[in-house]
Amino acid sequence: MNRRVVIAILALLVFGVVRMPFEAHLEKEHKAAYFHGANLDLSLREKIGQMGFLAALSGFRALVADFLWIHAHAFWERTEWGGMKVDFDAVTALQPRCLLFWSQAAWHMAFNASVAALEDPKQPREALRIKAQREYWKLGEDYLLRGIANNPDVYNLYGDLAFLYREKFKDHCKASEMFAKSAKFPDSPVYTHRFVLYELAQCPGHEREAYEGLLKLYKVGESERLPTLLKHLGELQEKLNVPADQKVYIPPAANP
Amino acid sequence: MTATPTATQHKAFSLARISAIASNTLLELIRLKVFYFMLLFALLIIGSSFFTSKFTFQEQFQVLKDVSLGAMSIFTWLLAVLATAMLLPKDIEDRTLYTILAKPVPRFEYLLGKFIGVLLLLFIAISLMSAVFVVVLYTREQDAIANAARYVPDNAYSDQVKSIHAACFNSNLVPGIAIIYLKSALCAALTLLLSTFASSWIFTIITSVVVYLIGHIQPIARQAYLDSATTSHLTKVFLAVVALIIPDLTSLSLVDDIVVGNAIPMLIFVKTAGLGVTYICVYFFVGYLVFSGKEL
Repeated sequence: MNRRVVIAILALLVFGVVRMPFEAHLEKEHKAAYFHGANLDLSLREKIGQMGFLAALSGFRALVADFLWIHAHAFWERTEWGGMKVDFDAVTALQPRCLLFWSQAAWHMAFNASVAALEDPKQPREALRIKAQREYWKLGEDYLLRGIANNPDVYNLYGDLAFLYREKFKDHCKASEMFAKSAKFPDSPVYTHRFVLYELAQCPGHEREAYEGLLKLYKVGESERLPTLLKHLGELQEKLNVPADQKVYIPPAANP
Repeated sequence: MTATPTATQHKAFSLARISAIASNTLLELIRLKVFYFMLLFALLIIGSSFFTSKFTFQEQFQVLKDVSLGAMSIFTWLLAVLATAMLLPKDIEDRTLYTILAKPVPRFEYLLGKFIGVLLLLFIAISLMSAVFVVVLYTREQDAIANAARYVPDNAYSDQVKSIHAACFNSNLVPGIAIIYLKSALCAALTLLLSTFASSWIFTIITSVVVYLIGHIQPIARQAYLDSATTSHLTKVFLAVVALIIPDLTSLSLVDDIVVGNAIPMLIFVKTAGLGVTYICVYFFVGYLVFSGKEL
């Protein structure tokens, strides 16, 4: 073999030895900054096929995820919820940092598929329809919980989960907890801190805490004295038997 | 008696010679009508944006950005591999190489000029694709805002416009595009290195594609090698060879996460770009080492 070729191979090996610890360290930094979070395992390969898996491995994860998202949309048009779920699982595994995918997958399962299950004309037994409906809610919850595990640094999915607990599970305690987590982020929507207290006001055992919070907001001024806040404050004043001299005036329109 | 100054002093290293070779290389590549792929790129992203018109604007922008940046990655990679793999064999076939090297042009300058020509081509290609991408994205954004003005109530309009802006363009896309460029330049340097070994351009292209694919699973080999307390010696040697020879291309595959809004901290960007530039320099110099001793 040519001497220069041998030197070239040795140079590549030396470069490899030098860069290996740097690359291992950089990979850790990338992961800490939420890069390379996709879980490309064998179960995913079964879902997306050999070519899709190869494309995902070759740095084209986003394209494969989009293709599957469009595919899932076709399932939605045919109301094939099972097919949608398979695609959503693959899409969210490929792009775990895409909030849109988690949020929409959860919404389709908890809000669309659940209603379709409850009104399923092929299932005459209401108990089974309700059971199926709850299972879809749980699927929606599962997407959001997994989405939060992959995106703990943004407010959006906490808010989505809070809405799900409020609207579907009617679990106001959990809804308040999730709104509180969402409100901790400085860029969360302005209404979130109020929603924490609205939900807490309906959480058994937390009435006093909610009342004090709502009162504090009320004292901020007109900007916080919104109809829902006044409504909850009025209800809690009655429920907690607040002395008349400590009660705030609730206009009749907001009074329960 | 004094010597007549008829000829200028020959310089050992001349930027003018390198730039002459680079500009000729660029011109040759452009004459190969490689920019026809731009038409395909434009059709792809405009088509994808219309294809998703029944989706929400967030989904439309997401797909548009994914498709555009994905297409940029694919096209620049293909361009880098195909253009670089042809450089040396074509010059040998046309005898241009012998004409150039018969003149007082060092092989280093020849190779550097050729490589810079490819880098310029990649730069022009990615700039054009970025321009098309920004124009289509901007047009879709204006469409979405116009729709919001028509259908969204006045009290929610400003929030909707804010959401449209947030979903449409984020400044992280710029370092993302820069990393796509670096990755394609790395692939060009790698292909140049392979072409100095190889005897045919088909071999160069196939090997480059295989290295590209393995490069994306190289971290798995590296991790297995670093954690390999129980594996056999044979496996360990194999993993070491893969980890040491093959480049880690996942470290330059950040665009899939950037496109969904992941912010890339400046320090990480600098380290990643630094790694890419180091790869390019090392592969180029190793390629030169082989090329300088090659019998032509």
